[in-house]
This record gives sequence, structure tokens and C-alpha cells, in this order.
Amino acid sequence: MIFGTSYILQQIFNGIVLGSIYALLALGMAIIYGILGLINFAHGALITLGAFCFYTIFSRLQWPFFLTLVLTIAFGGLMGYLLELIGYRKLRGSPGLSLLITSLGIYIFVENLVKLIVTPQPYAFSIPDFLNQMINYHITFRVIDLFIIFTTIFIMLIFSFFIKKNKIGIAMRGISESVETARLVGINVDQVIIWTFIVASSIAALTGFMWGSKYGQIGYDLGFMPGVIAFVAIVMGGIGSIPGSVVGGFLIGLIQTFVIGFLPPGWTIYRDAIVFTLLILVLLIKPSGVMGRKESVS
Amino acid sequence: MKIRILEKQDTTLGIWMPFIFGLAALLAVITLFNISLDNYIIHIITVVGIYIIAATSLNLTNGYTGLFSLGHAGFMAIGAYISVFLTYNVSLRTAYNLPLLPAILGGSDSQWPFLPSLLAGGIVAAIAALIIGFPVLKLKGHYLAVASLGFMIIVTTLAKGMKDITRGAAGIQVIPRYTSIYNVYLWAAITIFILWRLLHSAPGRAMLAIRESEISAQSQGIHLMKYKLYSFVIGAFFAGIAGGLYAHFTRSIRPYEFSFSMTFFMVIMPIIGGSRNLFGPALGASLLVIMRYILKPVEEYFGIYGLVELIYATLLVVVMMLKPEGILREKNY
Repeated sequence: MIFGTSYILQQIFNGIVLGSIYALLALGMAIIYGILGLINFAHGALITLGAFCFYTIFSRLQWPFFLTLVLTIAFGGLMGYLLELIGYRKLRGSPGLSLLITSLGIYIFVENLVKLIVTPQPYAFSIPDFLNQMINYHITFRVIDLFIIFTTIFIMLIFSFFIKKNKIGIAMRGISESVETARLVGINVDQVIIWTFIVASSIAALTGFMWGSKYGQIGYDLGFMPGVIAFVAIVMGGIGSIPGSVVGGFLIGLIQTFVIGFLPPGWTIYRDAIVFTLLILVLLIKPSGVMGRKESVS
Repeated sequence: MKIRILEKQDTTLGIWMPFIFGLAALLAVITLFNISLDNYIIHIITVVGIYIIAATSLNLTNGYTGLFSLGHAGFMAIGAYISVFLTYNVSLRTAYNLPLLPAILGGSDSQWPFLPSLLAGGIVAAIAALIIGFPVLKLKGHYLAVASLGFMIIVTTLAKGMKDITRGAAGIQVIPRYTSIYNVYLWAAITIFILWRLLHSAPGRAMLAIRESEISAQSQGIHLMKYKLYSFVIGAFFAGIAGGLYAHFTRSIRPYEFSFSMTFFMVIMPIIGGSRNLFGPALGASLLVIMRYILKPVEEYFGIYGLVELIYATLLVVVMMLKPEGILREKNY
């Protein structure tokens, strides 16, 4: 089978769109991991919450689009704040495994709370018409795809500015180097951790909107797989490196799209399994990931 | 100079007596149940037994060796599919689109009896654990959790994808019902007995040492990978057995049953019951399964699906915050 140039370009484009979503998620997870050393399974729950928040305000209450988007991001931030306050604060200083188990518990809690409120059926996710417009220029895409890519780039730029120039951003980097030293030089660790959760969670809520608009359908468990895959992206990119996790996200997006686009149709259902097989291979061959610092995983 | 403290278990009698007496008592109680209680309650007690096997074996890695694995449902799926593949009724195979057994496994006109099939399921699960264990067990904490979760997802997608053998997402129905309350509790007793003996043997002590500190265990000459693999493989074997018993009890299996929810269900059992106590997982399994059967009707009556998991998750978070060691305190008997 031979693929034409436009078909290949189309697949690359689709891969970048999916990769943008994973990259944003991985970014959020990576900053939490950097500070608490925690794989925040609850991150996936925020994707679901963000998607349903947007759905409720935009489709049900019919509020304007941009206001809805801002509210969704704010809602994500609020949820992140509550998550830290109710869930993780009490466990500060306990073994890493307790945090992991708690984050699993919180994920299952939120998922089933959503299931309980919205029932298990899937919902059609609608977005404004101008975002649904098809554009056909060598390749076919919707405006929303461009929106996803540019929003991602925009967030990345803001974030890199934030982490380099902003006081809290600098403190975040300090804490990820060493919590004790950060505290010694007078950084308010609690405050920075709260801000980390707020930033990561509001980004996650926004990706919930992106996920819903890309696939046109949302359900109570939509956040699980992207959340876990975002972690795989962190490992592939290299734990401890924020640019690495973003690269990992784009890589996985491209790989999954290529599995669907270039392999026989029967392979489509293996797209998640292939990601995890790659994870195991990466851990075997190059545990520090593509761009990782030399931090051992074993 | 060799100092050795004689435990009462060091005598053969001390080892076998509790097992035989325990088994006899269990048999008596189950027979009594079987006569006096109605089928629905027997059904619940049997499910409890299956989850006792699963939770106890999971606790070998998650509780005793300190390897937090989320792949247990994957091993159960392997045990379930392999054993069903072997026991499935010959005359139904073509009607249900299941392949006949190849010559090496007895030829196209044969089906296996239950016990060898169950053991085969356990052994294949153990072999899978051995293969996957090498890359995965090198990892620490969080990485291990996600990699083993990835393994579970690989297994379930394979179960969905290999339509010729597993019938894909439709699943396999009309599985012969070989599982009874007796063989479930026999296996539960075997699982707990083997774990008990293991914890009083050198490999078991090595596992406990690994949990406390890998570095100090290593400095005492404990081969980390060897004992981690031991615990992973033994756990997977019993998970395979539990999967086989489960399949021949519910009589139908579908790939998505062996999901993250199932893993979560099993992971929280030892944590709630007490992961450092030999009977903790069994207590957790009993509590959670019975709770599920009590709450399921409530859930269906009010149409509030997800209530059971919601309560489990709350329970888990509360236990983690208030009593992280679980209900039963540390004891290995």
C-alpha cells in the first residue's frame, strides 16, 4: 500500500492535534510530579470535569462560548485547589505510595460522582459553528483543530515565561530541586504547591474541552485513558524534564494517529496497547526517556 | 555460631495441623451453609471466596513485597480465558465460533477437565508474569504501578482484538459451571496456607526485607530481582486461578470485565482489610463484596449508577488518612 503526500500530511496534522492535547496534559502532570513526586491519577478526572463543565454551561445554559471557556478553566483551577486542600494536604510527608493510592481513590471517586450525576450514557458535545467549519487546503481539517494547536502553543509560551520569570514559577523549579532547601531560603512551599495544582488542573479542564470537541462525544470515563497516557508521555520524554514531557506528548499523539492511519484497520483497537508496549520498551532500553535528566527509575 | 529460635511452626505438626483443622472447620461451615442458606447467599459467599483468592495473592506483591502492581485483573483475564479455552464444551465450539483444541492439547474432539484447565490458566498467568516482570519489576513505585496498569490494558485489548480465540468484545458465554463453593474455598485455603508458609520461609523474609528497604535488603545479599519475581509470579498464578474460577462461576466473560474498576476493587481490599495481616485481604474482600451486593439493589432502584464505587473510593481515602494500616494490624501468625 502506498500513501500519497497529502494523506501523509493529513496524518501528521491529526497526530499533532492529538499530540497537543497529550502534551498539555503531560505538562500539568509533569509539574505536579516534579514537586510532589506523585503520579496524579486524579488528573484524568479533571479532564472529565472540564468537559462536563463546558457541556453544562455551553450546551445547557447556552452561555457565550468564550465566557464558557474562561469559566471552564476557572472551574478546573478551583477543583485543583480543592483536590489539594481536601485530598493531598493531609498526606504531605507520608510515603509516596499513600499519595498514589489516594490519587487512585480520588480518581474513582470523581469518575463515579460524575457517573452518578450524569448517568452512564454518552453525551453529544457541541461547539460553536465557527469552530466546526471545514477547511480544505491540501489537507482537510476543522477550525477547532487549529484552535487546539494554537491554544497549546500559546499555553506553552505563557508557561515557559511563567516558570522562568514569575516568582511562583521560579519557586516551583526550586521546590522540584529540593523541598528542604526551598523552605530554607524562605519559599512558602504550601502556597506554591497550591498554585501548581491550580495551574495544572485548569489546563486539564481545558483539555477536557479539547477532547470533547475533537471526538464530539463525552462520557463519565473519558478522562481515564488520556490521563494515563499523559503519564506515559512523561516517561517517554524523560521524567524531570518539562520540555521532555511535552515532546513525549506529541510523540504519542503522532504514534497513535499513525497506528490508525497507516496500519490495517484491524489494528485500530490496539492503539492504546501499542502505547503501553512502547512504554515498557522505553523503560527497558532507555529509562531516562528522550530528553530526561539522568534520574534512575529503578 | 548459629542461633535459631524454635518456632512452634518448625515442627511438621505445627505446619499441617492448622491447615487440616482449618480446612475441616471450613468444610463443615460451608456444608452447613450449603444446606441451610438460600442460593443467592451461597452465590455471594462464593464470590467472596473468589475475591479472597485474588486479594490475598495481590497482597503478596502490593502488601508484603512493597511492589504496587495494578496489573492483577490482567492476570485474572489470562487465567479466565485460558481455562475457558480448554474446558469449553466440544459440541458447542463451532456454534459459538470458538476454535477446537489443536492436536497438541488433545485434538479437535476433546475438552479438558476443570482442574488441569484451571492449573493451566494459573501457569500461563505465571509465565506472563515472568516475562513482563523482567522489565517492569526493575521500576520503582509509581513507574511500576503505571507499567503494570499498561500490562493490564494490553491484555484486555488483546482479548478484544484476538477475535478468533476470544470472540472479541462479545465475550464467551455458556461456559460450563464447574466452580462451586467447595472448590473456591479449597483454593482460598490453599492460597492463604501457601502465603503463610512463604512468609515464614527465607524467600518470604527476603520479600519483607525488600519492602522495608531495597538498599538494606541488597546489602544483606538479597537478590532483589529474584525475590521480586518470586512474589510477582506466585501472585499471578493465584490470580490466574481466581480468574478461572470466576469464569466458570459467572459462565460468561467479556474483555471489559477485567478492567481498571476490577483492579481497583482488588487493590483496595487489602488496604482496607489490613495489608500487613495474613487475613487482612480476606477481611477486605468479604466486606467489600458483601457491601456491593447490599448496595447494588439500592443503586438499581434509584438509578444512581456509580454509588458503590463512590463509597469504595470514599472508604479508601478515609482509611488512607485515618488508619493507613487498615482494619487488622500487622500479624503474620
